[in-house]
Amino acid sequence: MYSDKVMDHFQNPRNVGEIENPDGVGTAGNPTCGDIMKLYIKVNDGKIMDAKFQTFGCGAAIATSSMVTEMVKGKTIEEALRISNKAVAEALDGLPPIKMHCSVLAEEALQAAINDYNERLTKKNNE
Amino acid sequence: MRFVYLDHAATTPTDPEVVKEMLPCFTESFGNPSTLYKIGREAKKAITLARDKVAVAIGAKSEEIIFTSGGTESDNFALKGVAFANEQKGKHIITSSVEHHAVLETCKFLAKNGFEITYLPVDKYGIVDPEDVRKAVTDKTILVSVMQANNEVGTIEPIAETGKIVKEKGIYFHTDAVQAIGAVPVNVNDLNVDLLALSAHKFYGPKGVGALYIRKGTRMMSLINGGHQERRRRAGTENVPGIVGLGKAIELAVSKMEERSKQLTFLRDKLINGILDNIENVRLNGHPEKRLPNNANFSFEFVEGESMLLNLDLVGVAVSSGSACTSDTLEPSHVLSAMKVPIEIAHGSVRFTLGKNTTEEDIDYVLEVLPPIIKKLRQMSPLREGLDLNV
Repeated sequence: MYSDKVMDHFQNPRNVGEIENPDGVGTAGNPTCGDIMKLYIKVNDGKIMDAKFQTFGCGAAIATSSMVTEMVKGKTIEEALRISNKAVAEALDGLPPIKMHCSVLAEEALQAAINDYNERLTKKNNE
Repeated sequence: MRFVYLDHAATTPTDPEVVKEMLPCFTESFGNPSTLYKIGREAKKAITLARDKVAVAIGAKSEEIIFTSGGTESDNFALKGVAFANEQKGKHIITSSVEHHAVLETCKFLAKNGFEITYLPVDKYGIVDPEDVRKAVTDKTILVSVMQANNEVGTIEPIAETGKIVKEKGIYFHTDAVQAIGAVPVNVNDLNVDLLALSAHKFYGPKGVGALYIRKGTRMMSLINGGHQERRRRAGTENVPGIVGLGKAIELAVSKMEERSKQLTFLRDKLINGILDNIENVRLNGHPEKRLPNNANFSFEFVEGESMLLNLDLVGVAVSSGSACTSDTLEPSHVLSAMKVPIEIAHGSVRFTLGKNTTEEDIDYVLEVLPPIIKKLRQMSPLREGLDLNV
């Protein structure tokens, strides 16, 4: 049911864990839905230098989390914001239709992390 | 790599002895049982013998056994058959909230067709209180349906007691005994049931064949109309190889029940104790004692069921999960929900169901590979003890 790429990212997830002193943290989903993803980003000069995740969820949720962290690394904030759930799913050679919501989770967590980064930046500039 | 199959509640491998009995029905005694010549008569005889075996196994009379395509058809037949034949008496049906979908979805269908359905609650172990059944009965009640043993958590229901109450009220009583045959004693008179569904592939018989016990005198409407087969109650040329396989399988299942149950209980308890002793934040779902000898269902906190299932599959262990992600509805198990298991914990449930070929080495292997999988997934999870991410 899952593509080889999904199974690869599920078995060997990239970038698992937390970032100390992150520049942005975003959470999407909740435990009662059975899926929750927490995404950490480190930003330098408007570019995402590092990304890590923690996920509670099924195979697809773990694989999309892993993939999205790979995709954002090295991208500018503007570029990262353009990463859609579809792009994440496509990078994994597709997801079963019933699992597409897992890729939405990845997109939402990324946007939440970027929003958090922007808020922190505004706060800093106002200080 | 070692292959450990622990999903016997889903299906079992067909016993080679059963296959041996079935084979001649495909190529030699292949006649249509409704014909008069020799190979037709042979096929008819084979069905009669199988029917006798099923009847003996559950303490019924042969003419009370109707062969079907399996457990789902048997449940559909029992519920719809009684409902539509007795609706002039009343349109109220009582069932439980932990039934198999074959019963629940049929009830949903009946509700759409003007019947009123009462879904009884269960306690934290999944048990339906017979007194709740008594209280739910009205003068419009025509049928009560409660399963004998739960397919997900393995809890065994007090069917004999419930049956006594239902009998006193003069109402029909159906039980889905699909998981019970070969695991616990099943006798239609001891259980006080009028209808009982069973399925061959759950006890080392072939898929696609089952039976419905219908107590003599039960008013039923037939679901499948056509020829005169099965006393006109279930038309269609009989699945002779399947029926023969069912007969042999139930004979073996009942004769070996005691010995197998003893062995399964030993292995099941080794698995349960091994998991509870070696993994933290885990709970056993279902009743600690009143459970099927082959069922162990756990919820592992902070991890999701499908990810455990996939990881176990990667090391050759086949299990199933009540997690939403393994179903097509995205709802967690209705059984665990009815037992009031918190939703986030229900998502982390895994069911292990042992079988006659399960060995102690298999259990040792699971106890060896499981803890690192749980550890790995927990390290990946943002959830921890005492942490509330909903805030």
